[in-house]
Amino acid sequence: MPHVMSAPPLLEVDDLTVTFGSEAGAVRAVRGVSYQISAGEVLGIVGESGSGKTVSSLAVMNLLPPNATVAGAIRFRGTPLTGQSDRDLSKIRGKNISMIFQDPLSALTPVYTVGDQIAEALLVHADDGMSTQAAQTRAIELLALVGIPNPRQRATAFPHEFSGGMRQRVMIAMAIANDPDLIIADEPTTALDVTIQAQILDVLQKAREITGAAVILVTHDLGVIAGFADRVAVMYAGRIVETGAVDDVFYMPRMPYTLGLLGSIPRPDAQGHRPLTPIEGTPPSLVSLPPGCPFAPRCPMRVQACIEDEPALVPMTGSGEAHAAACHRSGEIEARNLKSADVFALPDLPANPADRVPREARAVVLEVRDLVKEFPLMKGTILRRRTGTVHAVDGISFDIREGETLGLVGESGCGKTTAIMEILNLVRPMAGTIAVLGKATASLTDAERFAIRRDLQVVFQDPMASLDPRMPIGDILDEPLRTHAVPAPERTARIRELLGLVGLAPEHANRYPQAFSGGQRQRIGIARALALRPKVLVLDEPVSALDVSIRAGVINLLERLKADLGLSYLFVAHDLSVVRHIANRVAVMYLGRIVEIGNVDDVFDRPAHPYTQALLSAVPLPDPKKERRRRRIVLQGDLPSPSDPPSGCRFRTRCQLFAELDEPRRQRCLEQSPDLAPRTGGADHLDACHYAEPRSVL
Amino acid sequence: MVRFLLRRLLYLVLLVAVSTSVAYLLAATQLNPRARYEGRNPPPPEAVVDAALDAVNMNDKTPVARRFGFWTRGLTQGDLGLTIEGMPVNDEISRRMWVSLRLVLIGSIVGTILGVAAGAYGAVKQYRPVDHVLSVFSFVALSTPVVVLAVLLKNAGIGLNNGLGFTGETKLLYTTGEMTPGLDPWSLVGLTNRAAHVVLPSLVLIVIAVAFYGRYQRNAMLDVLGSDFLRTAQAKGLPRGRALIVHGLRTALIPMATFFAYEFALLFVGATFTERIFGWHGMGEYFVDAVTKSDVNSVAGVTLFVAVLVLIAGFLSDLAYAALDPRVRV
Amino acid sequence: MADPTEKVPVRDAQPAAAPDADAALSRGRLVWRRFLRRRLAMVGLATVALLFVAAYLSPQISIWRYDQLDTSAFLSPPSAAHWFGTTQNGFDMFALTMRGMQKSLVIGLLGALISTTLAAVIGAFAGYFGGVLSTALLCLVDLLLVLPGFLIIAILSPSFRGQSWLVFVLLLAAFQWMITARIVRGMTLSLKERDFVHAARFMGVPGRTIIFRHILPNMASLLIIDATINVSSLILAEVGLSFFGFGVQPPDVSLGTLIGDYAGAALTYPWEFYFPAGFLVALVLAINVVGDGLRDALDPNAGVGIRS
Repeated sequence: MPHVMSAPPLLEVDDLTVTFGSEAGAVRAVRGVSYQISAGEVLGIVGESGSGKTVSSLAVMNLLPPNATVAGAIRFRGTPLTGQSDRDLSKIRGKNISMIFQDPLSALTPVYTVGDQIAEALLVHADDGMSTQAAQTRAIELLALVGIPNPRQRATAFPHEFSGGMRQRVMIAMAIANDPDLIIADEPTTALDVTIQAQILDVLQKAREITGAAVILVTHDLGVIAGFADRVAVMYAGRIVETGAVDDVFYMPRMPYTLGLLGSIPRPDAQGHRPLTPIEGTPPSLVSLPPGCPFAPRCPMRVQACIEDEPALVPMTGSGEAHAAACHRSGEIEARNLKSADVFALPDLPANPADRVPREARAVVLEVRDLVKEFPLMKGTILRRRTGTVHAVDGISFDIREGETLGLVGESGCGKTTAIMEILNLVRPMAGTIAVLGKATASLTDAERFAIRRDLQVVFQDPMASLDPRMPIGDILDEPLRTHAVPAPERTARIRELLGLVGLAPEHANRYPQAFSGGQRQRIGIARALALRPKVLVLDEPVSALDVSIRAGVINLLERLKADLGLSYLFVAHDLSVVRHIANRVAVMYLGRIVEIGNVDDVFDRPAHPYTQALLSAVPLPDPKKERRRRRIVLQGDLPSPSDPPSGCRFRTRCQLFAELDEPRRQRCLEQSPDLAPRTGGADHLDACHYAEPRSVL
Repeated sequence: MVRFLLRRLLYLVLLVAVSTSVAYLLAATQLNPRARYEGRNPPPPEAVVDAALDAVNMNDKTPVARRFGFWTRGLTQGDLGLTIEGMPVNDEISRRMWVSLRLVLIGSIVGTILGVAAGAYGAVKQYRPVDHVLSVFSFVALSTPVVVLAVLLKNAGIGLNNGLGFTGETKLLYTTGEMTPGLDPWSLVGLTNRAAHVVLPSLVLIVIAVAFYGRYQRNAMLDVLGSDFLRTAQAKGLPRGRALIVHGLRTALIPMATFFAYEFALLFVGATFTERIFGWHGMGEYFVDAVTKSDVNSVAGVTLFVAVLVLIAGFLSDLAYAALDPRVRV
Repeated sequence: MADPTEKVPVRDAQPAAAPDADAALSRGRLVWRRFLRRRLAMVGLATVALLFVAAYLSPQISIWRYDQLDTSAFLSPPSAAHWFGTTQNGFDMFALTMRGMQKSLVIGLLGALISTTLAAVIGAFAGYFGGVLSTALLCLVDLLLVLPGFLIIAILSPSFRGQSWLVFVLLLAAFQWMITARIVRGMTLSLKERDFVHAARFMGVPGRTIIFRHILPNMASLLIIDATINVSSLILAEVGLSFFGFGVQPPDVSLGTLIGDYAGAALTYPWEFYFPAGFLVALVLAINVVGDGLRDALDPNAGVGIRS
């Protein structure tokens, strides 16, 4: 592709093709991908699962499994990498080009210490013979560089003794050990919490500055790309469908897939309860691709040419250098400056009748007061003994009114999953009360509990794990009906009705879950939850395991069902953007306590508690200009252990406000745990901070 | 922590006690030591038989509870009673366990090492000819009962001897016993002789060990071959071979920990069939003879011995796991 | 074991909007197709079937019964009249071997069925309900693991003289189920935490129904493979016991008793030993090959050293 460059490219990928052999046939994971990257720049490669982004980055250093066939050319500083022997390639790996992987727990060898593994990276390339001692010392230096506290001690620890964020720092240390020219980061923050993600992106930035390396950042998160990359390439079904400078692609997308993607992702700074524009359908099967553009089946703008010919990547004349898109109608999009809303139909969602009634006048469907749940802490696998207590949930209170959605947000370890499990168990809690539709769980008889189960249902996070793979979906939907003794003819009718309700064809009731896509499986899970006509639905991260383009459809479905069926939702999530779109109220949890609760617009636009502020500040926005302007609050350190929470205010060890306070005020944070109270005006917006000060961070 | 270990120890002691008691009571009620004397011609008078049985605490006229009590009292003093021929059980066990050890030690060690190496290699060269050969070998060997294997090797040895002309007293490979009697066990002649006696039985064990470990180590290695950390090791710059051995094999050894521990602890129990076929007087032979001779005390004694070893094996297995896998350390 | 993550490109090679017919192949059908592709496993299955038929139909085609003496032919090598030769007493070796194989097959199959069922039920209940039940069962498992099964069965062998070899099978199975029960318990503990079990619990399905409807079927591959391994283990265990005279008792015949009786004659009258031994090895080998093929078919991620 025509490209005016002042310096020769560092890495050139030319018509790369990767094919895998599989039982179902040849899987063409990468179909002719070409890109270049120059010294010092950051190229973001974005795509959903099945787009080929990970496979193409593994192909650069030939780390693919043996059943992969690679064709095309890859050149590093002019030297071809394809066709080189393993021995020769290993001289380049880890030295000139290094890689960071997604899941640091499985990516580090469990039986060697972290210091040894970093030292190994150094020793393998030290041709002039570095002593082990010197390597160990350098390893400790690198650990300090990436921000691991007590590096000398931590170097003798094993990977499983670190938290996820710390492990990723170790991986970065290993990657920069030999001062590489290019770092390939394959989804480095996908498995991490959002505040930890902010930390790691900082470390990555620092690594860039120290080594001067170029970075290829592979991810599905458009927000991360917006904040970190200079250029971006969007991949779909094994090809690049749009590429260019980050501002060009985000503000002037010229390919319908990019348009759709940008229009369908929820944003934490979105005002009002706007529906999202979903992209219909699912990504194509890489085994049997249709002849034309792979996006055509889902594209509202398709014409006959799209079904016959696959469009090539063609440069746009109107935008900055090297902005290219692969669409037959991209010229038209450019000429008419089409936006996502012009191309993709905005679904109209019915207004929720419950919204018209003021909150105080509505019935309470779920009430939780001072809920506590603790676990004994067992250490060791051989000699199991109790060494303490995990205070998973340490006194939380909230209520949900009819027709309302409460979003319960927090990062891993905050206790939100434990809280909903406690509610769903419908037994007397360790302390506090839970009342479902007015009935306290502590005093339920077995029969009453069984009856309440009809009204309180749950939708789980992972659509693959929440459906029994051994049962056809008709049976899965039948199970709740059968258990509650619904007569047989009524059951069959109801199953048909349910499938129609979530947009699936009733004829498919005898298929197994594996035959459906992730989004469809989640719809089946929702259908199952609705089988007994419940009043309250608990949803545990229902869209986080789904591809980005699928999420919008499921979120819209949940909204519609809520309005049509008069449901109330308890929506647990760590993804704040989704919560913004679907929740009426939000409660933020930290280490087993609620630190802020209120109306969703109030909390998101004017968060009062420093943790909420940090949390919102860490969420990357898919908006490059805004991202560059933002001043990010980056929390220090890791989450304290729930078995040993800090005295007084639990957040004080990482609080950015605490760091700025003077001594007498700090004492208060150290000794007194702040209770949840309305401090910032507005009786409905409560926070738990002695010195709460609302700030806008989005 | 100490209290926890003590509780566990108590549980294990209880297990040993219960299992040994069960064995004793079953043996005392089901076996018939009297039959040993009844088969003789002329049959000895009853009083004599009674006296002989009383002497070894196996008289069926004495109530089981009394015999059991007598035996347990002896147990508390470390005395396992007398065999049906009147020898102390303790002596029998302490002598035979070393015989068994001598029989199985070399074969086990060599077999284990070869098996682990073969399994790892087979996994790396999956589906190539060498992997197929190993798989076929493992399958056939694991499908053959030990006794058949022992007989085959014994006959092969005899065939080899005859074929090479060793038809007299001296042979190349011996198929009976541990050593030709009359030699000094530690002299050069004696050692060579003992070596010649142990080759064939060791071969039996080597075949079994290679077949077993070859199979299981291969599977463990295959599991590891797809791991992410292997990819990281290569991404760091390690050539594939080094990455496989240093990172892959080391991690793939972890699941083998249990097998190593049990094999090591049960070395003293020997190999029942191999001992029988090759005529070694070890624990395995003792096992079987105890039942055929209706020797109640020996049955109980052997059960106790095996129970203790199994528990040591379990404990060793935990230790081995902790040594090999830092994730389970306390 | 394998957890499908975003890294696997094939995992989300999803069918089009409606699940198309190919992708909707039921799991059973897919398993069968994979099994068929392992030609070795097919050969194994055919061999087992052949041996089964031979064992049970042979009395129809052979002139000699297993307990019939031919006083005109003692210790005669294989011939047209006696296909596998005769023994010292004049018994026809072919009839003996076939009869022995019948016994071994029944012991193996019946014993494996009992053993695997025991392990599945006990392990699943212990794992799901926990508490006192689980502790008691674990103690039982430990006890049986510590007791030397060989010895116990040997001691009890006189009690199954005659026709009550069923007791023998029960005893064999009784000492076979423990390790699988432990594995089943472990798998139940992890399956219990899976979302679809939570979903069933939260709709009010009682515990024992969950075990049989959700937990055990999801362990089916493990149980099937375990059952095949048990068949071969039990057959080999019977050989070991019968070799010393502790298993099947005369006048009944099994491959183990034959091997035991004629091991000493292997050099002088090889047909007495090698026919039963050979058939035994063939039978066990065929079963093991089938088991391996089943394992590959049911669990394709195991034993494949690649993940993309």
